[in-house]
Formats: sequence, C-alpha cells, structure tokens
Amino acid sequence: MLKIENLHVSYGGIRALRGISLEVPDGKIVTLIGANGAGKSTTLRTISGLVKADSGSISYDGEELLGMPIYKILEKGIAMVPEGRRVFTNLTVRENLKIGAYLRNDKAQIEKDLDWVYELFPRLKERDWQLAGTLSGGEQQMLAVARALMSKPKLIMMDEPSLGLAPLVVKGIFDIIRQINDQGVTVLLIEQNANMALKIADYAYVLETGLIGLTGTGRELLVNEDVKRAYLGS
Amino acid sequence: MIETKNKKGAWIAFIGVFLFLALIFALDQLIKPTDKLGMLLIVLQKGSVYALAAVSMNLLNGYTGLFSLGHAGFMLLGAYTYAIFTIPDKSRDAVYQYFDAAIRFSIPEQLSNHMGGFGTALGVFLALVLAGLVAALMAWLIGLPVLRLKSDYLAIATLGFAEIIRAVFQWSKLGPITNGSNLLKNFARASKFKLEIAGTKLSLSTFVPVLIATVCIILIVLIVNSTYGRAFKAIRDDEIAAEAMGINLARHKMISFVTSSFFAGVAGATLAMVLSIAQANNFKSAMTYEILLMVVLGGIGSITGSVIGSLLFVAASEWWLRGLDSGKFLGIEAPNIFRNGFRLVVFSVIIMVVVLFFRKGIMGEKELPDLFRRKKKEAPAKEGQA
Repeated sequence: MLKIENLHVSYGGIRALRGISLEVPDGKIVTLIGANGAGKSTTLRTISGLVKADSGSISYDGEELLGMPIYKILEKGIAMVPEGRRVFTNLTVRENLKIGAYLRNDKAQIEKDLDWVYELFPRLKERDWQLAGTLSGGEQQMLAVARALMSKPKLIMMDEPSLGLAPLVVKGIFDIIRQINDQGVTVLLIEQNANMALKIADYAYVLETGLIGLTGTGRELLVNEDVKRAYLGS
Repeated sequence: MIETKNKKGAWIAFIGVFLFLALIFALDQLIKPTDKLGMLLIVLQKGSVYALAAVSMNLLNGYTGLFSLGHAGFMLLGAYTYAIFTIPDKSRDAVYQYFDAAIRFSIPEQLSNHMGGFGTALGVFLALVLAGLVAALMAWLIGLPVLRLKSDYLAIATLGFAEIIRAVFQWSKLGPITNGSNLLKNFARASKFKLEIAGTKLSLSTFVPVLIATVCIILIVLIVNSTYGRAFKAIRDDEIAAEAMGINLARHKMISFVTSSFFAGVAGATLAMVLSIAQANNFKSAMTYEILLMVVLGGIGSITGSVIGSLLFVAASEWWLRGLDSGKFLGIEAPNIFRNGFRLVVFSVIIMVVVLFFRKGIMGEKELPDLFRRKKKEAPAKEGQA
C-alpha cells in the first residue's frame, strides 16, 4: 500500500502541495481529480522521485520513498506513465518497450512480458518495427502505458492518459486500465476527465490548490453536487 | 540502426569486414605511394582516421544528444601520448632539440628488445590503448563539471577546453614532455610498418590505420546496439522520460562522453601515425568543425553515414578537387583567377548543395544494411525476430 502523509512540495516560492495525505490500497484503482494547477502532477512526480519534497512522508509497504533515487523507486515496483506520453520518438516500438525493462536483467522473462504487453495491445504488435514518432496519439499513449508495464510494476501511476485523445480512443484507454487492474496491478490515475475517471475508480480524491478537498468512492463523488458543478459540468 | 541479432547478419558483416581488410592489404602491396593512384592510399589512410573520429563524435553528438565540440582536444591528447611513448631512445635527443626530454621510454622499443617484431606490434597497440585511456581520463575529469550543461553551453565549454589543451601543450614550460610548440617526429609511424615473410617485405602503411579504425568502429557499433546504446538514444530523445525509466542520466552521459573521448584519443594517435608528425597547432577547433561537418554530411545518428561522409570529405578535399588549384579539372584549363584557393570555393558550394538536398545528411538515420533490408521487410521478416 502506498501511503502519503502531510506532503509539502514547492517550486521555489510557489507552494504546489500544502500538506496532502492519501492512501492507495493494493489492487485498487485510485484517482486524483482536480483543476489545472491543483497539484495532481506534482503529487505523481514526487512519488516517482522526479521532484523533491519539502516535508512529509511517502511510504510504500512501510518503506520510506522520499529521498530515494528514481531507479530505486522503480525497482520497488512503482512505474509512471508521464504526462504527454513522452515516448522515445526516434526509437522503434520494440526499443521503447525494451527501455521500459531497462532495470531488469532477466532476459527470458522480459521476452515473455513483451509477448504479454503485445497481447494487451495488439495494435503495438503490428507496429513493432515502426518508429514511435510515426504512431498516432492513441497508439503513443498505449505505448507509454505498455512501456511502463515492462518494468513489471506493482503500482502504475498514470498522468492524464486521456489528454488530447478522441472520445472513442479514451474509452479504449480506460478499458485497458481496467484490464491491467484486473491482472493485479494497482493503478493511481490522474485525470481531468473526471467523469470517466470516477466511473472506474474505487477511491477518488479531489485536489484543490494543493489541498485535498473531497474524498470518497468513485460512485459517491460522481453524484456529489459540488463535484458535479465544478468538474462534471452539470 | 544496425541489427546484428540474427546470426546470418553477423556472419555477413564479418565476412564483409574480412574481405574489405583483405582488399586494403592487397591495395597496399599493388599501389606504390609514388604512383598516380597513390592518392588513393593517402585518402584511405586519412579517411579511415577521420571516419573513426567522426563515428566517435557521432556516438556522443548523434546517439546521446550531447553537443560537444572538444574532439580536437581529445585527439591531441591521444596523438601526443602515442608519439611520446613510441619515440625510440636514440632519436629522442634529436626530437627534443631545445629541451631535455623527461620521458625516455618507448613502449614498442622496450617490448621488441624482449619479443622482437611481435613486441613492436604489441608496443604500438599498447601505445594506442594508452593514448585512448589518457583522453578518456581527461574526459572523465572535465566531464564532472561540464556534463551538467546542456546543448549550446556544453558546446562552448568543451570548445574552450580543447583550446586550453592546445595552449597548454604548446607552453614552453612543459617542453621536456611535449616539446613545446615544436613538432614530435620519428615515432612509430605508418609508413615504416612492414611485415616480413620469407624475406619479402610487405607494406602495412595503409592496412594498419584502416585496421585500427575498423576494429574501433566495430566496437562502437557493438556499444550502440547494446543496452547502453539504447539508453543513450533514450536520453537523446527525452531526458525526463529516460529518467522515469530508471536510466541514471549523469552516469550514462559520462559513459558516453568517456567512451567517445577514448576513441577520439585513438583516432588522434592514428592520425599522428599516418602523418608521421604530431604538432599541437594542427589540432585547432577547425579540425573539430571538419569532423562535425563529416558527421552532419553523413547523417547524425548513422554510423555508416559518418564513415561515408568522412571518406567522401577526405577524398574530395585531398584528391578529386586538387586539380582546381592548378587550374586543371576534368580536362578544362581555367583562366588564372580560378587557381589558388578555388578548390575551397567549389568545395564549400558542394557542401551547401548536399546539405540543401539531403536535409538529414546522406544516410539520415539509416545504416547501410537498412537499405538492402527494406525490400524484404514487408511480409515474413518479422517471424525471425520474435
């Protein structure tokens, strides 16, 4: 279980997170929703070690993650799908996936996992030898997810996987998120698309300018009047 | 990208390299340096050295995306290290005529005292490795502060380093080691390399530089195709994403920088071997720009591109366009104003035309085998890779 307690993060003088606490239980889908600049991405980036925290604690299965180098956190089984996909555009799909398994040494198992992600994303298998830069936005998002899965994570964190994708493609991505979760991978999801995110989430947190506003199960928040007004547009 | 995963491809590459080296060896015997075709040998010698320099620069600039302009500096370090440690004892005083030579140790000479001809070859090899190691060590030292910089800033810092190195090596206080601004000569040089079989002497003056460059380039290809190479390319494409994949940026940048400099050092040593002299004044930043030009012409991110680029560059500037300077080209007698220096004008125009029509260089990011493979790739080729 991932547990964040009283986390403070600031960029120079700007306080992005002002003491948030949240929990991501194993095997669940947890989502963080909120407006632009609420601190959603900062939360993810702090967990993965890309951003340093001022104070507070992030623990995973009882082990403190703050201050750990990025690769150690990845080795603990926490992978991230960065915002805006960030695939390696001049590498082939296969090379991208192999980079995902960069910290692993078990060659035979990597080959097996390659087959596993190709099963999850048959579209990528067709594009095996293509440069990632030639893929469509949706395919690049699939590749970003698949690349993160190649590190065999126990917890996968996704930063706005639906960003800039057509509604039908977004639905496909969310189906895959559910499928990954069914296979036992915990998911921490950040979304602007609150409607879709709350529908698949077991738990949800609403972030408002660096503080946790509401919490509850996905279903509860979906019918909450405040959430409806602020994020669901009705 | 060169894929040598499948055994068949590796064998084809191996046989190809072997045949190529055999051809060079044969040319070395058939063509005398004084022949009309003698220029071909010089082009092969210098071209292979520059090919190695260009490929090692490509490893850093093209594959890792670190824009460094310190190449001439590392080549200078390699050239001097090689020269200093291969000057025979009896010529030492003649070379250091104004100074009292501090280092009096020739690796090939020491080894040949014990092992004969084989010792000389081994000594030359060890001196080459030492040249690379000195360059690599210096790269590590300056890499510690400099590799934190990005793009243009890194280029300026490394360029400055190369100029400082050149100035330091010309400094008269260091004369006992570097011979100040005078040149180093009489060290083990390509024109003296001979293989003696049953009384007949076979020339190795072209074969040895080409062999050195070939071996080093193969090593670089292996690095590029390894997990390290993939990590370098990931860093080039997107540093943040690479970091999120668990790639240690500082460490991998350093590995790339040090490796590239090692091979630059070897290239510098081989250049000294080919030119028979080593002089700090030759390793100006203009040399770095020339190498950069070869990389860009061949295609940034393509190893075969760099090789083709440098061979064409050297052939054109040293051989094919030579006639322009004396007013004779393709049978045309030009009036006097087109004589001295006209070669450089034509050469610059050619380069501009090439860059305009091949935006990504001659090869782009492709490698030579990719061009042959394309036809087969459409249908069943995938099976073998799975």
